[in-house]
Amino acid sequence: MKQAKQKRSGAAVPIMDAEAIRGALRRIAHEIVERNPELIHVVLAGIPSRGVEIAQRVAAFIHEIEKVNVETGVIDVAMHRDDVGTRSELPIVRESKLPLPLEERTVIVVDDVLYTGRTVRAAMDAINSFGRPARIQLAVLIDRGHRELPIRPDYVGKNLPTSGSEKVRVQLEQTDRGPDEVRLEKQ
Amino acid sequence: MTTRWTRKDLLGLRELSADEINFILETADAFKQVGTREIKKVPSLRGKTLVNFFVEPSTRTRTSFELAALRLSADVINISATTSSLTKGETLKDTARNLEALHADILVLRHGSAGAPQFLANRLKASVINAGDGAHEHPTQALLDLYTIREKRGQIAGLRVAIIGDILFSRVARSNIFGLLKLGARVTLVGPSTLVPREFEKLGVEVSYKIDEVLPKADVVNLLRIQHERQRREYFPGISEYIRFFGLTKERAKLLKADCLIMHPGPINRGVEIDSEVADGLHSVILDQVTNGLAVRMAILYLCGGIST
Amino acid sequence: MSTTIIRNGRVIDPANKRDEIADLYIADRKIAGSKSGAREKFTRRGGKSDVEEIDAKGLIVAPGLIDMHVHLREPGFSHKETIESGARAAAAGGFTTIVCMPNTSPAADDPSTIAWIKDRAAQVACVNVLPAGAISKGLAGEELAPIGSLAKAGVVAITDDGHCIQNHEVMRRAVEYARMVDLPVLDHCQDYNLVGNGVVHEGYWSTLLGSPGWPAAGEEAIVMRNILLAELCDHPIHCQHLTTAGSVRLLREARRRGVKISGEVCPHHIALTDEAIQNFDTNYKMNPPLRSQTDVDALLEGIADGTLAILCSDHAPHAEFEKEVEFDVAPFGIIGLETELGLFIDRLVHKHAKIDIVRLIEMCTIEPARLLKLDAGTLSPGVRGDVTLIDPALKWTVSVDQFQSVSRNSPFNGWKLKGRAVRTIVAGKTVWKL
Repeated sequence: MKQAKQKRSGAAVPIMDAEAIRGALRRIAHEIVERNPELIHVVLAGIPSRGVEIAQRVAAFIHEIEKVNVETGVIDVAMHRDDVGTRSELPIVRESKLPLPLEERTVIVVDDVLYTGRTVRAAMDAINSFGRPARIQLAVLIDRGHRELPIRPDYVGKNLPTSGSEKVRVQLEQTDRGPDEVRLEKQ
Repeated sequence: MTTRWTRKDLLGLRELSADEINFILETADAFKQVGTREIKKVPSLRGKTLVNFFVEPSTRTRTSFELAALRLSADVINISATTSSLTKGETLKDTARNLEALHADILVLRHGSAGAPQFLANRLKASVINAGDGAHEHPTQALLDLYTIREKRGQIAGLRVAIIGDILFSRVARSNIFGLLKLGARVTLVGPSTLVPREFEKLGVEVSYKIDEVLPKADVVNLLRIQHERQRREYFPGISEYIRFFGLTKERAKLLKADCLIMHPGPINRGVEIDSEVADGLHSVILDQVTNGLAVRMAILYLCGGIST
Repeated sequence: MSTTIIRNGRVIDPANKRDEIADLYIADRKIAGSKSGAREKFTRRGGKSDVEEIDAKGLIVAPGLIDMHVHLREPGFSHKETIESGARAAAAGGFTTIVCMPNTSPAADDPSTIAWIKDRAAQVACVNVLPAGAISKGLAGEELAPIGSLAKAGVVAITDDGHCIQNHEVMRRAVEYARMVDLPVLDHCQDYNLVGNGVVHEGYWSTLLGSPGWPAAGEEAIVMRNILLAELCDHPIHCQHLTTAGSVRLLREARRRGVKISGEVCPHHIALTDEAIQNFDTNYKMNPPLRSQTDVDALLEGIADGTLAILCSDHAPHAEFEKEVEFDVAPFGIIGLETELGLFIDRLVHKHAKIDIVRLIEMCTIEPARLLKLDAGTLSPGVRGDVTLIDPALKWTVSVDQFQSVSRNSPFNGWKLKGRAVRTIVAGKTVWKL
């Protein structure tokens, strides 16, 4: 599929480097520990692809802080999107994994960028088909604004005001095989 | 991230690439998980209408497609030959056009004539899924067979697969041959020479009439249902002779490797192509095939039905 | 009296061993003497004098071509074709004489049906239509049709085409009887048991696709039967639309021994192979079916060495709604009159160089004329003025929508061919021109 030519460099503004990202995720880990005294009930459920790595890294930080192994999981939202059949390309579906039963759990949905909120809505739908957790919270690395649904994050790495014509690019070590960074690209 | 799938129809495995086949199997992994949830439903095909148009009757395949569609939140209608207007002389094309006028999005067709799904796919905007056309192809069956092998053995390349029975008239055999060869398996066909002509060797498979030589080397044995109705009487003399030469009896099952898989598309003729105990024994993955059939069909319906037209 | 002068063409008249640049004169609906080289003023006698002059420079001037295997579908199936439209299609293909097959409704197994056909043709057909009668009543292969009366009614041959008499004894008696009234016997060679419900050639493609196969042996078994009977009864049997290497081999051997057996070839059987059926397009479904490349090669050899001496179309029209169905269920057959000559010239003369244009013309003129004892296929003075003008080098693209035939079931739409009839003259009158 041809893409419109993009102006390279000069138009990409670095927002966070590896150090900043690490700091943000550590802070989120602290906040989760503060708000959830019973960590054993917490599930960090990442939305593929980058949400999964973020969830694992936050879990690692929590282990550093509290010496507790918090469970992680994967929530595939592709099957639950509300726009299937209207897009010219079909999203790839992946296997979801959540520890069952969910009844007493606090499921923290983890994603890299929070934008319109539709992905998170789909994630909540997906979680509901597994069971009924006690509560659902949301942790994101970047909140770029422009919500289209009444959804708000509980834990935010960084608030980043953007315009509709800009794109937030997140790169993570494992998922993208490159150094951690967040960039803002003008289109 | 978006899909590598661009087809609105699934007509057979002959025209699919190995890449496409693997993509379907990976997608099926995701949908298999849905069957383990408390609410076994996702909204992917919500608002879409699926018609099961079974001109040739079948309960198992039709039920599997119906359940797959319901789990994807689609609306389902079932039409069989006897209940359809085909009995009143309406052509297949007109019947299908009428269904399209009712905004059917997906048509699952089983028909006695090879090429019937392609015929409709060329003329309809709806997605056409081949649930079996004559002796030509039964792609979803072969896909679930491949899925099952992959699930149990990790990968398909290099495995030796034996397909046993009435190959000449079998769409399951053909689709399996195409899929297995594309994914790198070695295929051996076994059965009476009237039903397994040597011509098949030109497709890239081996042909053998000596089941006892083939079984010890096989990693997978896929048994086809054998019937002795009127049309086949010229092809082999009878069931007892068939069992003697080609039946997977419990004695023959002892020849199998320890990790050999036994598969069967169903319904099983206990005591004919397979002994009753063998069908329920350790090698058998026949029931896994059924579960996997649901996941594979959900994947196919998602991929073909989810593309906007 | 009207006169037509065809000037400067290459006159090819195999019957008279002519192949030269010359003028051809047609007067009062008949071929008149023609002068080669110098032009001569032709004396007009009495009455009106309208002279039509046709410039045939660069063209071949041949005797009107004969196609001895055409389905005109009347009486009974006029939604597929009529005698009138079929004749126009023949004219557009360059054919001035066609032999129509008896599998109509009612079948042409009765003198009254033959009379109807001849009558109708006389009223509406722009080319010569010669009926073939049935061998057996209702084409059922059991009882003989009134062959003697059919001969008297004017059939030029008998055939059960579309069907094939399975009982060799019945066929034997039919051939003996036909001998009595000197009627050639034509046969559609198909052993029903070997063929079963076959729809495509039994080979690689039928195995791959799971379609019921029509084995070559199904044709060869009957060719062999016909060779034996032709010998036994000492009467010519002509095998229609042959398609297999085995049939060619059998024919060659028998003809070498002097057996009165002959065969014909249709253009689709040398222009296509069974690979074409893989998309289940019913425009590739015909009986006998398209065969393998080996068979095509053998047919080409058979044409080259004279084993197969006659070319024809087996023009088999079907309405669109009849062909727009699942492959297994669709009727067999494709139209062919309007693409026949183009395909034969393009493939046999140009592409494969198996025969020259003179031999091609022989296979469409004196060969069928000799078999059927027709007073046609030549440019001898005094015969009916049937002439076909051919441009062997003309490049054209087949456009099915412009066909004269009522039906459109052809696989050749869009094909680019070299060679075409450009003018068709029947009894001195131009009935079609490009």
